Amino acid sequence: MCLAIPGKIVEIDGVTARVDFGGVTREADLSVMPDVEIGDYVLVHAGFAIQKLDASEAGETLRIFDELARTLESEDDG
Amino acid sequence: MTAGPLDPEAFRSERAARAIVERIRGLATAPAALMEVCGTHTVAISRFGLRSLLPERLRLLSGPGCPVCVTPVGEIDRAIAIARLPDTIVATFGDMMRVPGSESSLERERARGADVRIVYSPLDALEIAAEEPGREIVFLGVGFETTSPTVAATIARADREGLRNVSVLPFFKRIPPALRKLAAVPDRSLDGFICPGHVSVVLGSDAYRSIARDDGLPCVVTGFEPLDILWGIFLLLRQANDVRAGGRAKVEIQYRRAVTREGNPAALAMLDDVFEICDAEWRGIGEIPESGYAIAEPYRNLDAGPRFDVELPPPADDGPCICGEIMLGEKLPDDCPSFGTACTPRSPLGPCMVSSEGSCAAFYRYERGRRDRR
Amino acid sequence: MATSGDPRKTDESIRLGHGSGGALMHELIETVIVDALANPVLEAMEDAAELPTVGGHRLEGGRLAVTTDSYVVQPLFFPGGDIGTLAVSGTVNDLAMKGARPVCLTLGLVAEEGLALDALRRVLASIATTARDAGVAVVAGDTKVVERGGIGGLVLNTAGIGVIPDGVRSSCDRVQDGDAVIVSGTLGDHETAILVAREGLKLEQEIASDCAPLGGLVAAALEACPETHLLRDPTRGGLATVLCEVADGAGVGITIDEASLPVRPEVRSVCEILGFDPVYMANEGKAVLFVPGDAADDVLEALRAHPLGREAALVGRVGGRPGVAVRTVVGGLRPLVMLEAAQLPRIC
Repeated sequence: MCLAIPGKIVEIDGVTARVDFGGVTREADLSVMPDVEIGDYVLVHAGFAIQKLDASEAGETLRIFDELARTLESEDDG
Repeated sequence: MTAGPLDPEAFRSERAARAIVERIRGLATAPAALMEVCGTHTVAISRFGLRSLLPERLRLLSGPGCPVCVTPVGEIDRAIAIARLPDTIVATFGDMMRVPGSESSLERERARGADVRIVYSPLDALEIAAEEPGREIVFLGVGFETTSPTVAATIARADREGLRNVSVLPFFKRIPPALRKLAAVPDRSLDGFICPGHVSVVLGSDAYRSIARDDGLPCVVTGFEPLDILWGIFLLLRQANDVRAGGRAKVEIQYRRAVTREGNPAALAMLDDVFEICDAEWRGIGEIPESGYAIAEPYRNLDAGPRFDVELPPPADDGPCICGEIMLGEKLPDDCPSFGTACTPRSPLGPCMVSSEGSCAAFYRYERGRRDRR
Repeated sequence: MATSGDPRKTDESIRLGHGSGGALMHELIETVIVDALANPVLEAMEDAAELPTVGGHRLEGGRLAVTTDSYVVQPLFFPGGDIGTLAVSGTVNDLAMKGARPVCLTLGLVAEEGLALDALRRVLASIATTARDAGVAVVAGDTKVVERGGIGGLVLNTAGIGVIPDGVRSSCDRVQDGDAVIVSGTLGDHETAILVAREGLKLEQEIASDCAPLGGLVAAALEACPETHLLRDPTRGGLATVLCEVADGAGVGITIDEASLPVRPEVRSVCEILGFDPVYMANEGKAVLFVPGDAADDVLEALRAHPLGREAALVGRVGGRPGVAVRTVVGGLRPLVMLEAAQLPRIC
């Protein structure tokens, strides 16, 4: 029960934010995610922002994946 | 595109996938069964063909993760009965349109002239209510904890704005009680839960502590990109091996960019304010205590249940449908004798085949013939 | 319990799903329509009918192609076009998919009482412009008016006549192992544009339909590869439906490489938001080409040199077990099946 899409907040007007989903921009309601700023990345579900995405955690997760991919490459070469 | 939290491509690297699969193969030395309880996980696993990459002795089971699938027949019948009332508009997420009630479905009712509208947000129901002051708008409140806070916020707003012609049918279900029920299935051969990423965004990963601690089942809160799911599976297998060697099950977060231990306090507060926990019936499974939300005072006047007095048909039983056993992880869809023959998306026998994120529909769409392919 | 079931069993009436391009519609066509009208040309169920002779007469240098389509799109006007643009493009493209040079169109108009005359003028202007772009003339027509209620203002039908030059044969039975599967551009544009316009998705951006006549693009492809085995346009039901129909009709296997499917970023985003898969979404200005494997590069080059084919891509190959399979972005393998009816937006 989980279709939530990441987007970047580009504007805030009270309880409504404009969110850029990479190609399209749409409003999202901030009633359950009030502590956001312009530039934050949020997950949007059913027209509501439900969480802020942690960029450094995302980077860390990707770093793990990159390292794994690299071990595969070195195995291929070896 | 630069890799960042917005870029899904970074979480779909084929090389990284291969590397994780290799590590999974290394860990999957004994048969293991992992269950997800989220329709979006069901679809993602099938859509990315993950089972074709994983060793056969690793079974990925699909639990009761499709909220429309577990909405009892009587509740569908109530929504249909309300749709048939004059001057009434039923607003619903698209997921609900084709789910069969005892005699009909919302889609059929729309074909027969009922005003049933698909919306993308519960807030759309408030908009319709403002545009149609002479009519009653009833929103179908279906969903797990990802969705229930959004409907709670909508109810709170409707109350603040004094909207009189809108109400909600509270069909919400709560995941942790269902997980406990699954964990308690006798002779269960479950080795861990792929915990739902976005439900956990709201609840926080601590919500699963008792399942790890008391039921001894590893839990990993997992995201929805293919690398998220593969890494989540790896972490679960690592734990499962550890548990087999005498270690303790834990709750881990794979989806660290979105999930914390505490969850979303504003969303939890909203749930607490607008709803109260109640017992609920899950279609195919039966009653699970404290697994539902009812609308609490002072918002009870926005509950569509008492507002509309409708007659319901005798609830149909599900006949040969074994969705219940499938959702409890006791069987896979293609274990069902009706799968692909008497029961197909065209002529479904039960909700798991109708809903696009139901276990059987996802299986039919993406996995049919896997036995032949192996 | 089967309340959403088999049209033969419990449905005494048409449902919207019957028009969606998926399996439900196919069943209606086969069991109700073709069943009543049976003849070998119709049963071939291609985009346009090919008539080697007409009343016993053979055309010099080619065969006659005939097709017809009705247009019921809502809203009538959308970003990138309108019902008029569609009515010309759609029928011209059906001819083009048979390798035919389009010659002329007929135009049937059913207008609803109350339709603004200005709207009708706009539609006719679109028809004129698109026909000119496509190099066809509207040579015959009919106009009817119905009482207010239910047809959304305007419904159009166009029939098209074209000539397939000798040496060109676009037919499902020519598709064979080793063929390359090419799409002429990005997927899902039209249906996404319509959905956004119609469902009030409240996006700030307009998403434009890709509605366009493809006669010139197809001619370029056929010049690069006259042996092209089959052309199909992925309209209702999208690329997935074309692939399933071809795999079934030709008795072949097709494997698609998901990573190579071209999709515009905004289309991708809308599909993610709604829970849709672009591979099932309609296009109105794209072609799917099945060409001999060694001709793929030449065809791609010819397509990309044309303004309507800049994003042409090789997306798959014909071969292997019958049916359609997708090699996913992470290297997994899964089947691609026809949808039963239209996709519904989901939040789950």
